[in-house]
Amino acid sequence: MKVTFQIWRSDSNGGQLKDYQTEITEGMVVLDAVHQIQAEHANDLAVRWNCKAGKCGSCSAEINGRPRLMCMTRMDQVPVDKPVTIHPMKAFPIIKDLVTDVSVNYRVKKRIKKFKPRKPDAADGTWRMAQSDIDRVQEFRKCIECFLCQDVCHVLREHDLHEKFAGPRHMVYTAALEMHPLDVEDRTEDLKKQEGIGFCNITKCCTTVCPEKITITDNAIIPLKERVADRFYDPLFRFFRLFTKKN
Amino acid sequence: MINSGFGNTARKDLWWGRPLVVFLGLGSFIVYATWAAFQGQHYFLGNYLSPFYSPEIFGGSPHSWFGDKPLWWPLVLPFSPALLILWAPGGMRFTCYYYRGAYYKSFWADPPACGVGEPRKTYWGENSFPLILQNVHRYFLYLAILFVFLLAYDAWKAMWFTDAATGKEIFGLGIGTFVLAINATLLGCYTFSCHSFRHLIGGIKDRLSQAPVRKKLYDCASCLNRKHMNFAWFSLFWVMFSDVYVRLCSMGIWTDWRIF
Repeated sequence: MKVTFQIWRSDSNGGQLKDYQTEITEGMVVLDAVHQIQAEHANDLAVRWNCKAGKCGSCSAEINGRPRLMCMTRMDQVPVDKPVTIHPMKAFPIIKDLVTDVSVNYRVKKRIKKFKPRKPDAADGTWRMAQSDIDRVQEFRKCIECFLCQDVCHVLREHDLHEKFAGPRHMVYTAALEMHPLDVEDRTEDLKKQEGIGFCNITKCCTTVCPEKITITDNAIIPLKERVADRFYDPLFRFFRLFTKKN
Repeated sequence: MINSGFGNTARKDLWWGRPLVVFLGLGSFIVYATWAAFQGQHYFLGNYLSPFYSPEIFGGSPHSWFGDKPLWWPLVLPFSPALLILWAPGGMRFTCYYYRGAYYKSFWADPPACGVGEPRKTYWGENSFPLILQNVHRYFLYLAILFVFLLAYDAWKAMWFTDAATGKEIFGLGIGTFVLAINATLLGCYTFSCHSFRHLIGGIKDRLSQAPVRKKLYDCASCLNRKHMNFAWFSLFWVMFSDVYVRLCSMGIWTDWRIF
């Protein structure tokens, strides 16, 4: 079956969608179709990809307006009665065609305080952790850094507040460190001031697009928001903190 | 990388459907609850008390704690027992993490839906006044927990009917008993599935294995939390239906069938 694709092609004026037709067969994913178009009609079409298994996070794009991994979007999941549109991620500057510059994410990540373990539990320099304690942060470690959550987040996408709001990916990264049973670093003040957690208005779009099904909003962002509320917005809690030690 | 304009999107699905349903659902509830709160009558029937009026701190029904309308109530303001208490559960829902995300989309188009352009170019989020006040949520949670117990007591009272012959209270079950019991259960599930509750009960700690009781409670709260949105909607609908039920029975339009 021939399917029409409208793929973003950049040019000196910015760019536009360009129509391509290609044959779709059973089992194909969108990335296969893009590669086929590249081979048949547009040798200079730029597309970033690597593993084709949903684990490298390279082939992020917007398929019919929805941020998705091209390698994990089967053609039978996409309506083909109308042209299938493929845009680059809107939240980041375009390098060429479907390739965007996501380096802002690496700069933001560098600002987050690193893992700082407590003193070793045993004389041989090792630690003891309960599996149930580490289970909580294990979910966050599934992140493949595809940045689809950053792309769909309206704070970054519509308002370009990359410098003020770290975004969902970095909230997940911070949560993985902050909730780690060995970690003793304090990132609460940074969450409020540097990472701008207050900009998140919990619309859960990040959770919706995550290909690893990380419950970003409920398990990472909201618990971090609550920790910020403990420290900065809850007078009762501040009073009780005078009598309790940090766990 | 800039604001793309209201409604601008490449999405081809019915992205406006969900926000519209939320707008209609929440909007209908707000209109009905406001109307019902100002009525000040037909809010009880014998041992049944509408949850919109519970607890009845001051009021004209036998359920009132401290008697009739207080003398200090300004004459220019209409009086209804519901006006004294509805701010608390209303505040709980208004500041609830789930509802916030839902009404920011449906009522404020911030954004209208995921990946859809917004009407405004500026954005402050919950980082500054007024939305920074949403952090008061946990205080409304404390009040909501109190309300859960009060509504559970109402459900208990709804099992005790006055015998017309002897004037004594006897145990019984009416349809209204089930209505109020389901109401208390759903509100309990909504309250104890709250993100703030989950945090305070255990999420605040990184090594919960050292506190087995809190670990169990945290696991229970986490389990409920996964269905928080469902509980939010079911409890919202049912609390409204409970008021409708008591109101229509009190007006004689519906009959409360007694099972025994």
